[in-house]
Amino acid sequence: MSAGRYHPLLIPGLALIVVGAAFASIFLGAVTISPTRIWAVLTGGGDMIARTIILDLRLPRMLLGLLVGAMLGVAGAALQGYLRNPLAEPSVLGASNSAALGAVCALYFGLSELHPLALPLLAILGGAIAILTLFLLSGSAESPLTLILAGIAVSTLAGAGISLALNLSPNPFAAMEIMSWLLGSLENRSYDHVWIALPCVIVGAALLLADGRTLDALTLGEEGAQALGVNLSAARLRMMLGVAIGVGGAVAVSGSIGFIGLIVPHLVRPLTDRSPSAVLLPSLLGGAALLTLADIGVRLIPSTNELKLGVVTALLGVPVFLVHLMRERRLW
Amino acid sequence: MVTIVAEGLSVRLGRHAAVRNVGVTMVPGTLVGVIGPNGAGKSTLIRALLGLVKPEAGQVLIDGRDVARLDRQSVAKSVAYLPQGQTLHWPLGVERLVALGRLPHLGPLSRLSADDEAVIEAAMARADVLHLKGRVATELSGGERARVLLARALAVGARALIADEPLAALDPGHQIDVMDLLRTEARGGALVVTVLHDLSMAARYCDRLLLMEDGALVADGTPMDVLTPDILARVYGVTARIERDGDVPLILPMGRVR
Repeated sequence: MSAGRYHPLLIPGLALIVVGAAFASIFLGAVTISPTRIWAVLTGGGDMIARTIILDLRLPRMLLGLLVGAMLGVAGAALQGYLRNPLAEPSVLGASNSAALGAVCALYFGLSELHPLALPLLAILGGAIAILTLFLLSGSAESPLTLILAGIAVSTLAGAGISLALNLSPNPFAAMEIMSWLLGSLENRSYDHVWIALPCVIVGAALLLADGRTLDALTLGEEGAQALGVNLSAARLRMMLGVAIGVGGAVAVSGSIGFIGLIVPHLVRPLTDRSPSAVLLPSLLGGAALLTLADIGVRLIPSTNELKLGVVTALLGVPVFLVHLMRERRLW
Repeated sequence: MVTIVAEGLSVRLGRHAAVRNVGVTMVPGTLVGVIGPNGAGKSTLIRALLGLVKPEAGQVLIDGRDVARLDRQSVAKSVAYLPQGQTLHWPLGVERLVALGRLPHLGPLSRLSADDEAVIEAAMARADVLHLKGRVATELSGGERARVLLARALAVGARALIADEPLAALDPGHQIDVMDLLRTEARGGALVVTVLHDLSMAARYCDRLLLMEDGALVADGTPMDVLTPDILARVYGVTARIERDGDVPLILPMGRVR
């Protein structure tokens, strides 16, 4: 049974792409460094300039790309299964928008100037407040629809807060800064950001990956799942915490990056047995690979300003997704 | 062996008293039919038996233990449930769907064992769905899907089975197959409780019928005791011809009581 859950080459193939993308992310960039110099750095030697570029710029950027992509991918897969809705994505519970609002507050009030970590920490706080609000709004109801409605409400409120900050921003420069953060980027990130994202993503992804069986049982509806021994309120708590912690932590370091969480589960699903649990791990790997590749694209596409990651994932992701939907449409 | 007892059971859904003061003891080895007009509280009663809805008053005992105090997994292991309707919320493969029945027996991260596989295979064979193995469950016909879901319930391997309208959407041949199967389960020592609308089927197969009206249990006994012209006229508001074909009763609803 377990052998038939994935296409035999799916996991090895994705793992290979992830490793390839990670290496490419180290080797490719705005400045060309010869492979021999890079190799020297990776094996512990190398010259100063190459060391700085590779170890302090490209390596944290690569790690963040993998972490954020993995989290968005697995969160999208888990939410599509939990809400039983192929339209679900990580932002559906309002955690991304609220985390973004926290970050925007840091920019708006100039806190991000005082300390570089003010922004990601406020973003995580924003995500946590959103989930707390969600608890109060959706109460103990077990229907996923209540959760979606509450999530949309929280998300809209946070979106209004972001608009308000843009509306009231003291000068065009501040508004630009906020806008450019909202578009999502992995530019100029340091190990501080990696250490913020890493624990959040590990905890978040672990909470979501552990619930695969609950997601499968929900195919039979809430009562069907309960009659199979699933404790729904506990499962819902794990789901909300996983998304809040993981996606909150990811958005805190990268800004809002759309579409990865929506499209990755759809792209890997045909190569699995289509059960919600089987899509989780491939989506984690696929998300990591896709975001890292998009980030390489951002660096290589020649332009005066570096393109924003959120823009590229949407521009490249949506056409791929549409073609995929046309071929797969009979299932939905 | 599983015995299910309801004591003074009342359930309120919103403001509506859906089940009112029902007391019944159901013992292993019997096929119990729950009948009654639409909205009589049949589904709510069996959901309360499983602990899926909280009683307003009274309690349900599964083998002497209050279902409200049992954890969901132990209820799931002793009583399998086939919900009403064949709603599937996700396009799952037939085999994966049937395999969900093994869920109550699995530890947090364990995989299906060879024994589990054998049980799944046997359940599919008994519900006559082995040939649908490679299909996606949402693409099946209503009757095929109903049988796949029945196989899912059988795969639990519980000593009690509660089925809500298992005959809906089935052709006559498969209706007989499913009733035969439920009776075999009961003869094998299981307690089978099923909601039915077809009174002839209920009369022919069930050992005992529970007739519900407006949330209350108004008749409880053998099919011949419960399905009398008087009771049919009073509860269903129909006139019916009741004939006997050997020892098999036939109930033909003929018209409304005016």
